[in-house]
Amino acid sequence: MSEFKQTFNSSLGKKLIMALTGLFLCTFLIVHLGGNLLLFKNDNGFGFNVYANFLTHFPPIEVIAYLLYLSILVHAIYALVLTIKNRKARPVRYAEVSSTNAGWSSKNMGLLGSILFLFIVIHMSDFWYNYKYSGKVGFIEYKTNLATDETTAVPYIPTSPNFEKSVTTENNFEIVRVKDLHARVESSFTNLIYVIFYVIAMGTLSFHLKHGFQSAFRTLGWVHRKYTPIVSFIGTWLFAVIIPLGFAAMPVYYYFTR
Amino acid sequence: MENNNMNLTLKVWRQKNADTKGAFVTYKAEGISPDMSFLEMLDVVNEGLIHKGEEPIHFDHDCREGICGMCSLYINGRPHGPKGAITTCQLHMRSFHDGEIIVIEPWRAAAFPVIKDLAVDRSSFDRIQQAGGFVSVNTGVTIDANSIPIPKVIADEAFNSATCIGCGACVAACKNASAMLFVSAKVTQLAMLPQGQPERWSRVQAMVAQMDAEGFGNCTNTGACEAECPKEIKMTNISKMNNDYFSAKLFREEGVHEHASSGE
Amino acid sequence: MSLLNAKIPEGPLAEKWSKHKFNLKLVNPANKRKYDVIVVGTGLAGASAAASLAELGYNVKAFCFQDSPRRAHSIAAQGGINAAKNYQNDGDSVYRLFYDTIKGGDYRAREGNVYRLAEVSVNIIDQCVAQGVPFAREYGGLLDNRSFGGSQVSRTFYARGQTGQQLLLGAYSALNRQIHLGKVKMYTRTEMLDVVLVDGQAKGIVTRNLINGSIDTHSAHAVLLCTGGYGNVFYLSTNAIGSNVTAAWRAHKRGAYFANPCFTQIHPTCIPVTGDHQSKLTLMSESLRNDGRVWAPKTVEIAKQLQKGAIKANEVKEEDRDYFLERKYPSFGNLVPRDVASRNAKEMVDDNRGVGGSGIAVFLDFADAIHRLGKDAVSAKYGNLFDMYYQITNEDPYTQPMRIYPAVHYTMGGLWVDYNLSTNVPGLYALGECNFSDHGANRLGASALMQGLADGYFVIPYTLGDYLATIGPKPVDAKHPAFEKTKQEVIERINKLLSLKGTKTVNEYHRDLGHIMWEYCGMARTAEGLTKAKGLISALRADFWKNAIVVGENEEVNPALEKAGRVADFLELGELMVDDALMRRESCGGHFRLESQTPEGEALRDDDHFAFVAAWEYKGDNQPEVLNKEILDFEFVHLTQRSYK
Repeated sequence: MSEFKQTFNSSLGKKLIMALTGLFLCTFLIVHLGGNLLLFKNDNGFGFNVYANFLTHFPPIEVIAYLLYLSILVHAIYALVLTIKNRKARPVRYAEVSSTNAGWSSKNMGLLGSILFLFIVIHMSDFWYNYKYSGKVGFIEYKTNLATDETTAVPYIPTSPNFEKSVTTENNFEIVRVKDLHARVESSFTNLIYVIFYVIAMGTLSFHLKHGFQSAFRTLGWVHRKYTPIVSFIGTWLFAVIIPLGFAAMPVYYYFTR
Repeated sequence: MENNNMNLTLKVWRQKNADTKGAFVTYKAEGISPDMSFLEMLDVVNEGLIHKGEEPIHFDHDCREGICGMCSLYINGRPHGPKGAITTCQLHMRSFHDGEIIVIEPWRAAAFPVIKDLAVDRSSFDRIQQAGGFVSVNTGVTIDANSIPIPKVIADEAFNSATCIGCGACVAACKNASAMLFVSAKVTQLAMLPQGQPERWSRVQAMVAQMDAEGFGNCTNTGACEAECPKEIKMTNISKMNNDYFSAKLFREEGVHEHASSGE
Repeated sequence: MSLLNAKIPEGPLAEKWSKHKFNLKLVNPANKRKYDVIVVGTGLAGASAAASLAELGYNVKAFCFQDSPRRAHSIAAQGGINAAKNYQNDGDSVYRLFYDTIKGGDYRAREGNVYRLAEVSVNIIDQCVAQGVPFAREYGGLLDNRSFGGSQVSRTFYARGQTGQQLLLGAYSALNRQIHLGKVKMYTRTEMLDVVLVDGQAKGIVTRNLINGSIDTHSAHAVLLCTGGYGNVFYLSTNAIGSNVTAAWRAHKRGAYFANPCFTQIHPTCIPVTGDHQSKLTLMSESLRNDGRVWAPKTVEIAKQLQKGAIKANEVKEEDRDYFLERKYPSFGNLVPRDVASRNAKEMVDDNRGVGGSGIAVFLDFADAIHRLGKDAVSAKYGNLFDMYYQITNEDPYTQPMRIYPAVHYTMGGLWVDYNLSTNVPGLYALGECNFSDHGANRLGASALMQGLADGYFVIPYTLGDYLATIGPKPVDAKHPAFEKTKQEVIERINKLLSLKGTKTVNEYHRDLGHIMWEYCGMARTAEGLTKAKGLISALRADFWKNAIVVGENEEVNPALEKAGRVADFLELGELMVDDALMRRESCGGHFRLESQTPEGEALRDDDHFAFVAAWEYKGDNQPEVLNKEILDFEFVHLTQRSYK
């Protein structure tokens, strides 16, 4: 066991942890974006709310969620530990530093990461915490006519404090009662300050992943003449462009359409 | 020949020894020929200082042809100055313009303490090599050199890694003062060659452990080392070393062995 | 004058070394750890010796003045290393390498030594490959070879243009392994300033710590000097700035004979001097002559235009070019030995047909090779050299021919050693370029690396044991008064240097000395010029001790003081070189006396009077040195006038 401890205490071991947690968070982003695309569906948040409920109540996903929170914490803490060590490695700074030898994002991962961490805290307290614990998120009832496939939505006040979700079918109508996170999203995303904050955060994410994704592969040692170009293509186009754009599009879309 | 000599202003880090505080001192370098090397320009300044009875600016240098790795200097924010793929001794004054202010600093790293002025102590590099940067063969090998063919691409790739001159520009350039490029160049060179295989897994562990003990920073894959390396050693060495390190630590039997003395 | 005995073993050439190895005494394995050995210098010879001796079990203390053993100037050797492997099936053999080396050295080297060198050359390649040295390979995975000046077979192993670097890093890695094991104690940034003799035997050294100025003594059963050559006596040379003669010269002043000091090699393919600021010259590997063609314009008029920059080299018509090496030496062409190539370049310049701004250069042209092989192939072979040339000159050798001119590169002379690499002082050994042994009056290309490693890996581990077994493992008395006495002498000398507060910098003296040496003791020498040089050097030396400025103190990093000590020694050595050149009234190899040449202007040897090694004996400050001779017997090769026609 001590050998593992030694491994993960080494500079490379710490980097390994950064890389693994980072990549894990990257995969989460794909899932998260995929689910959130439901926000673009003009269904009064029906799909989105059902999806949110699924994420918070399906046990395997619950486990992964906690892994995710842990990853964020570990990623941040190790980043801090590594940064402190890196600072110590150069006690006297240069008077003059040229910026030409490395990409901007690669040299500012700590700053980018700190902004993202702040974003995650705000983002999670707004949605995740309120959704799960604060009781500030109300319920909604979706009534779908199975014959015409038309859905209407009305607020719902649960009778029991432990109520989470119900799906019933009566008279050719499917009634789904679920927490209305969508309403919360809608109200947030119509606030200009909030929207700007989100867009900035997604810009930050873009820069963070532009370096981070391919850097993780380098740290893991997965470089290859044939595959590394593919990794850097994915890192740039998927993680630094499509994903941040996708996320940023949501608040902007809501702001301009509501 | 036309006279196109230059006048320059130098801001040079002066520090008497490791225990005293240093500071920048400004000097004029006048009548500098563009054909001079950077170090020859400093020679001229130093000759002037000696004539005035002042102590010359101390800097490390030896071969003056870009191979010994002794010269250093952080010039205008870049190790070995503004041009790529050369050392300071190969930098010529034609890369500067008349009237330019040139800031000259020593390599900055906890693992490279300043000895005097612009010279730093790079013995940490030697200690890393001593920890495992070798193949344990005694003199008197009788295996014919051609008994193990090595594919040309592998031999060439190993050679590329082996061209490291140990100057420390990678550490100087890295925002984290990481020595990963230096260490990985040797690890990878030997890991690629058949002769390096028997100690491949112990070597990488030993050298990384020594690197960490010397107080270098961590690699964040910024690529500054690769951009500034006078021998253009590639960052892929770092990844290959990482791969070997994790394999060694997580999946291999070999630990860091104490090399048995062979003589007695 | 006395005759020296080189202790060459009797018997047929091919059996001398193996027989000798058998006859040498061995040190019991359990006793080896009771012996201490000092190795000064960590280049190819020093690092390989230190590592090999430590592997055997001796306790080694190794010293270098640089910040790391890896910086030694062996690292700068570009072209390659010879070995009689005959991998190319082109007729090479140990005997041929031996013969080429003897002939290339113009019959001023010992047969026994040179044969041994050729014999162990094959082991060197095996050893280096086993260490992980990445030599160039062919597509089949086997080692590649190239040909080199002075030979007609391809026996040179190389690692692009960085063979010296790769070999040194190999030896450095072997040294590192022994440092790690505690068998070698490494002292970096430490300069040897004297050797300590106890009852006529070398028992230690005095060093100065270049960081804090501490003067220390170190004792050992034997001292090995592996401190390189003295080419920097010329100020401008291809040597590193720090390369110096101090260790060897101090040993000489303690009694070790200095052999053939005037034998210096002027390398034909260096980048020409641009001005007074120049601090060193850069060599372009001789391998360039495999594909490059050396030429000068046929007429002075064209040369003048080239010098003014009125026309460019590639605009000179084919019929206006004089490919003088190909013309004069049809069978060797551009691959004649270094001394011949250098002298011919000088002739062109003396004939006012030199090129470049200064008119002191000839062309080395790759246009044909690029046309024949393609730019990529030429770049693969010589890319780093072309880049280096471009960096220094700002001219692109792919489109314009290189300008080259000879520069001091190597010194064949050095401390006199016998077959065992022992100087005449018992316990004091000299290895590599520091000794005089194997190259005669001219060294063939790619032989310096070979000799350094042969001495360190394959000779000294055997021969040193014989001496150590003879003296026994009794610890050296480090308290012997000789240590303190020598240390005091070193301190006195340092104080004397520090007291110099004159008007001229040490570097200026060095430059002046270099001018004298290059002018009168360079590529062509005359009795008249040498006599003049002797007076000039002696006056310069006297002036140095009056008017030099040495700033700073001893107890700090003080490069001015370091340099002062080294230049002071060069000023003494320079005079001995001139004496030696004056005494040797023949031409041989790199030593060209204008008084002694063939009708065609080639070097004319005088075997009847000068087939000997001149070993000079120091007799005290300002006393003439005494000449001792080692007669060179040629049992196996027939002395002929060298011809590369």
